[in-house]
Amino acid sequence: MTIFKHEIKRNIKKLYIWCGAVSSLIVLCLMIYPEMKSNVDDIMDLYANLGDFSAAFGMDRLSFGTVMGFYAIECGTMIGIGGAFFAALLGIDILSKEENYKTSEFLLTHPISRRRVVCEKLFSILTIIIVFNLTCMIVSMLSIAIINETILWKEFLLFHLGQIILHTEIACICFAASAFIKRGGIGIGLGIAALLYFLSIFANITDSLEFLKYITPFQYGDAANIISTSKLDGVLIAIGLIVTAISIFIGFYKYETKDISA
Amino acid sequence: MAVIEINNLTKYYGKSRGIIDLNLKVEQGDIFGFIGPNGAGKSTTIRTLLGLISPTSGSATIFGKDCTKFKTEILANVGFIPSETMFYNGMRVSEIISFSAKLHKKDCKNEAKILCERLQLDDKKKIEELSLGNRKKVGIVCAMQHNPNLYIFDEPTSGLDPLMQKEFFSMVKEKQKTGSTVFLSSHTLSEIQRYCKNAAIIRDGKLIVSDSVDSLSKTSARRINLHGITSLPKIEGLIDVKTQENSVSFLYQGEMQKLIKTLSTIQFSDITISEPDIEEIFLHFYEKVGK
Repeated sequence: MTIFKHEIKRNIKKLYIWCGAVSSLIVLCLMIYPEMKSNVDDIMDLYANLGDFSAAFGMDRLSFGTVMGFYAIECGTMIGIGGAFFAALLGIDILSKEENYKTSEFLLTHPISRRRVVCEKLFSILTIIIVFNLTCMIVSMLSIAIINETILWKEFLLFHLGQIILHTEIACICFAASAFIKRGGIGIGLGIAALLYFLSIFANITDSLEFLKYITPFQYGDAANIISTSKLDGVLIAIGLIVTAISIFIGFYKYETKDISA
Repeated sequence: MAVIEINNLTKYYGKSRGIIDLNLKVEQGDIFGFIGPNGAGKSTTIRTLLGLISPTSGSATIFGKDCTKFKTEILANVGFIPSETMFYNGMRVSEIISFSAKLHKKDCKNEAKILCERLQLDDKKKIEELSLGNRKKVGIVCAMQHNPNLYIFDEPTSGLDPLMQKEFFSMVKEKQKTGSTVFLSSHTLSEIQRYCKNAAIIRDGKLIVSDSVDSLSKTSARRINLHGITSLPKIEGLIDVKTQENSVSFLYQGEMQKLIKTLSTIQFSDITISEPDIEEIFLHFYEKVGK
C-alpha cells in the first residue's frame, strides 16, 4: 500500500481543487434554480427555438421546469465534463510521470514488481475518482435540500453511477496511453476527453452520426438520457466496461514489458 | 561465489547498439570497477542487471538467480545509486528516505540517521531545493540504509565534493569489510585504481578486458622523456608523441633494447623512463583495442 498512499498524497491537492471547483458550480447553479423556475415558460420558449443546440445538451428531452431536469442539464454537464477532464489528467500522468521526471530508476529498483506498482497506481486514481463523485453527489443532495426541492432518488443514483463508470473508462483509456508515452501527457489526456465529449455532442445532434454513441462513453453517462428514461443503457454500459477492461489490460501489459528508458 | 554473472548479454534498442555479447563475473566481497567512456554501454549493463530493461539475448544472474525472473527477490538485497539521482519534487528528504525504506519493508531509521549525519545531509530540506551533490547524497542513503549484500553504483561520486567522495568511499570500504560486494561504474580512473581490486573495461558495447586492477595497470609500455632534442628518428611502436620546445615525450611498447640502440645514435642531453599511469594506459591502449 506504500505506493497507493504515495500517489494519493501526490494527487490530493488536485482532488481538492477539482472537487472545490465542480462543487461550487453545482451549488451556484442550484441556488439560481428557484428564480429560474418562476420564469420557466419564457426560458422554455427560448430553448425551443434553439433547435439542434438544445438537442446537443439534451434539452429536447428534459424540462427546465423540474429540478431533476434542470440538474441533469446544468449540473450533469458540469460533473460529466469536469470529472472526465480530471479523470483524463489523472490517468495520462499516472505511469508516464515516473519517466518524465526520471524517478522511474528510483522507484523501479526497489523490491516491488511492476505489476504491483501499476496496480497500486491504478487503484489510487480509481479511489480519487470515486471520492470526487461522492463529493459531487453529497454537495448536490445538500444543495437540492436547501432549495426545498425533492430528489428523484432512482434517477439521481443511476446518473451518478453512470458518471463513475464514465470517469473510470476515460481514466483507464488514458492510463493505457500513459504506459506508452514518456512526456507530453496533458495534451493527449485532455485531447482524448475533449474528443469523446464532442463525439457525444455530434451523436446528439444528427441521426446520421448516431452510431457514435457506441464509441463515446459520454452517451451512457448523458444525464438527459438517464433521467428522462430512468435507466442506464445496458448495451452502451457493457461496451464501456469492455473498453475499460481492455485498456487496463493494455496498460498493465505494456508497462510490465517495456524498457524503462534513462 | 560469483555475485554477478553476465553471460553473452546483448541488448539492442531497436537497431541501435546497447551492449554486445558481454561476459562478466564479479566475485563476492569485491569492489569491482566498470570503466568505459560515455555511451559505451555501462548504464545499459546496469539497467539490465536491475531489470529496468530486458536483454535482447543472453542472460545475467545476481546471487545465482536470473535477473529477469527473480527481479523482485534480487532487488531486496541490492542498493543502487543511479547516475542521475532524481526524486519526487515537493517531498522532503526524510520522506523520500522513509518511502524507500517502506518499499523495502524495513525499518531503517537508525541507519538512515547515521548515514545522513556522516554525509552532512539536512533531511528537512525539500527535494527541489537540493543541489546535484545533495541529491546524490539522498541516493546514497537510499542505497545503503537497508544494508544490502550488493551495491550497484553508476557514477556515484559525480557532484560530490572531494571530502564527501572520500567519506563515501570509506563507507563503501566498511560495507565491503562486512562481506558486501560493490559494482562500481565510473569514468574516473583514479577512483577505480584506488579502490577496486578488479575491473572491466567496456567500449562500444563490447568488453575489452576484465582483470585485476594491478595487472591492468601493468604494461610493458613505458613513458619516455628525451631532453635536448626537437625531433625523433624513425622508431616503430611509438604512441602519443608530444614534442615540446626542447624535449620529446612518447609512449613506447616493444623491445627496449631496440629502442635504446636507435636512441644511442642520436644526441640528447637527458632521458627518463617511467611507468605510464592508468589514465594513459586506458587512453592509448584499451581504447585502440576496441576499435
